[in-house]
Amino acid sequence: MGEDTPRKVAIICSKGTLDMAYPGLILANSARMIGIDAMLFFTFWGMDIVNKKKLDKLEVATVGNPSMGMPTFLGAIPGMGAFATSMMKKEMTKLEIPTVREMLEILDASGAELYACKMAMDMFKLTRDDLVPEVKGVLTAMDFWEKAEGAQIVFI
Amino acid sequence: MPTETLAGHTVELDAEGFLTDPSAWNREIAGELARRAGLALNDQHWKVIEFCRKDAQEKGEAPGVRRITQLAGVSMRDMYALFPKGPGKLAALVSGLRKPQGCI
Repeated sequence: MGEDTPRKVAIICSKGTLDMAYPGLILANSARMIGIDAMLFFTFWGMDIVNKKKLDKLEVATVGNPSMGMPTFLGAIPGMGAFATSMMKKEMTKLEIPTVREMLEILDASGAELYACKMAMDMFKLTRDDLVPEVKGVLTAMDFWEKAEGAQIVFI
Repeated sequence: MPTETLAGHTVELDAEGFLTDPSAWNREIAGELARRAGLALNDQHWKVIEFCRKDAQEKGEAPGVRRITQLAGVSMRDMYALFPKGPGKLAALVSGLRKPQGCI
């Protein structure tokens, strides 16, 4: 693409598990690192990623996740989610992968734009104060399409 | 690999414009690589470049943006102000290093 039409990505984060939070955060940040404009739209369970009270406690999904390599009934045992989450966090610390909170700070500093979904906020009875300050605004689905004009869209 | 003359020095660049041999780098080449990327190097840039060169020598690869912000005394916001078209590639490029392999 030419100099006058900078690339742009819009990443929709619709899942709130730890393993589904990182792909969107990392992709948006890596886009910014090579000069691509990036916006993130948090919707439905993805709202947890920008929810002040929840973002430090996101867990790995052990139920209904075939990649976990364990039968679903084992994944359902109380404490299994917490165990899998602590294992994953340990591995990520070893690789120096930032926490979700730090990823949001990095994204904000990089100029990525974070938006929350209006309908999901209403549904979960959330207010602007429930969200981290890095969230720039609340958008309806129609607003999202307008803001995302010309962007490559990624749905997670 | 194409060879090019940068600031009077003949060097080899890869397809993305990175110097293939970090030891062929010098400050004049850095200035020319920066100019081509639309940058005029200032003291802050040099602080980043000097850190990247030193770190790459110790670690064997170009540091990622987060590592630079943690160890070079330059904030994330500064990095984007210094390299608006993308600090991830450009810091390594003007430092005469290969493209960073990390994702952060």
